[in-house]
Amino acid sequence: MRLKKNIATSEAGFIFNPGTGDSYSSNPLGSEILSNLKDDIDRKAIINLICSKYDVDKIQFEKDFDDFISQLIDNNLLDE
Amino acid sequence: MNKPVKMELTNKRNLVIAVTGLNAIDSPGPGVAVIRAIRECPDFDVRIIGFSYEALEPGIYMHDIVDKTYRISYPSAGIEPLFDRIREIHEKENIDLVIPNFDAELFNFIKIAPQLKNLGIHTFLPDLDQFEARHKVELYEFGKKHKMLVPADRLIYQVSELSKAAEDLQYPLVIKGKYYDATIAYTSEQAQKAFHQLKAKWGLPIIAQEFINGTEINIAALGDGKGNTISVIPMRKLYITDKGKAWAGITIDDSLFTDLARKFIKATNWRGGCELEVMQSKEGKPYIMEVNPRFPAWIYLTAAAGQNQPASLVKMALGQTVEPFTTYEVGKIFIRYSWDLITDVSQFQIISGTGEL
Repeated sequence: MRLKKNIATSEAGFIFNPGTGDSYSSNPLGSEILSNLKDDIDRKAIINLICSKYDVDKIQFEKDFDDFISQLIDNNLLDE
Repeated sequence: MNKPVKMELTNKRNLVIAVTGLNAIDSPGPGVAVIRAIRECPDFDVRIIGFSYEALEPGIYMHDIVDKTYRISYPSAGIEPLFDRIREIHEKENIDLVIPNFDAELFNFIKIAPQLKNLGIHTFLPDLDQFEARHKVELYEFGKKHKMLVPADRLIYQVSELSKAAEDLQYPLVIKGKYYDATIAYTSEQAQKAFHQLKAKWGLPIIAQEFINGTEINIAALGDGKGNTISVIPMRKLYITDKGKAWAGITIDDSLFTDLARKFIKATNWRGGCELEVMQSKEGKPYIMEVNPRFPAWIYLTAAAGQNQPASLVKMALGQTVEPFTTYEVGKIFIRYSWDLITDVSQFQIISGTGEL
């Protein structure tokens, strides 16, 4: 589970796929997750990182995280 | 005391370039964009001669873009009036190069290219075989021959033939004019209406084409006439008008499209600019919907992305060798806009009355 190499992201949460011309925006938390994905950090580590940093229910966050990942997969932004 | 005059020496060439397609309207001709790109090239200074058909083509009145405009005969008038008119203009303007930008006029310009050359006017156009091979009515066979995906189609000469085409290809069908315009027809009534409209506008045959659902990608490419691709820029349409034209687009990086354009240019030995209109199906397959035998209206984006195709064409037309471009900027966006150009009836009456401005 890794963001495709050619995908450009910005700190402001902008995501650009140069292969298709599609662009997206994410909120700051989404942007932080993307940055972790770019650094090849795995699911478990990202969830632990976010849950230790923010006041969030772990079970709820895992659900939201998986939902976010499926959006990235649907939009062809992750490596197989 | 007079100030000393600063003398500057330059080895820039001064070129006189004639350009058609000054109709920068809602479905624009490429002329103004071609000129903009040429003017931006630092390697030559240019005087731009506009060739117009109608007195209200905006480019005629854009005096920072076009230095002087002459009206020329409609393509339907044939090659003799066209050649005679260009010869007459050439006597005044000493034209180095002419760049035609309309599909409908290209046949005539290709035909008179040798005569123009004798006058000292260069062109950089495909030959008639190349021109005909990519014609809408031939494209399916062309695709089969060169193993490129092209949607199946049927040529329609009578409205009664539509039902057989619909039986073979299924609705929705794309009903296309011989030169321009296309409509998606979901029913036989819509197909018949489109047939009559397109027949009245562009003549026969009409093309009924299989509908491919997907993402529209256009590719601007420039061939040297020997099978080499000098430049290729793929653009994803971001905003599409009701006429199917890109109102905004972005350069993308996908070798599927650049390779496709290179394959087309190699197969045809294409000489000059062209545009491949591609539909990428949901399965990711690139179908060539059309090949336009000239630069597209969004051609300035190629210059903005680092591959100035019109300027490269000018150089090749004048006999210079141009090395193929290898990189371009991905993520360059164009957004077309409208602007009310104000002129005066005195200008309008000059072009209307004298045929030049």
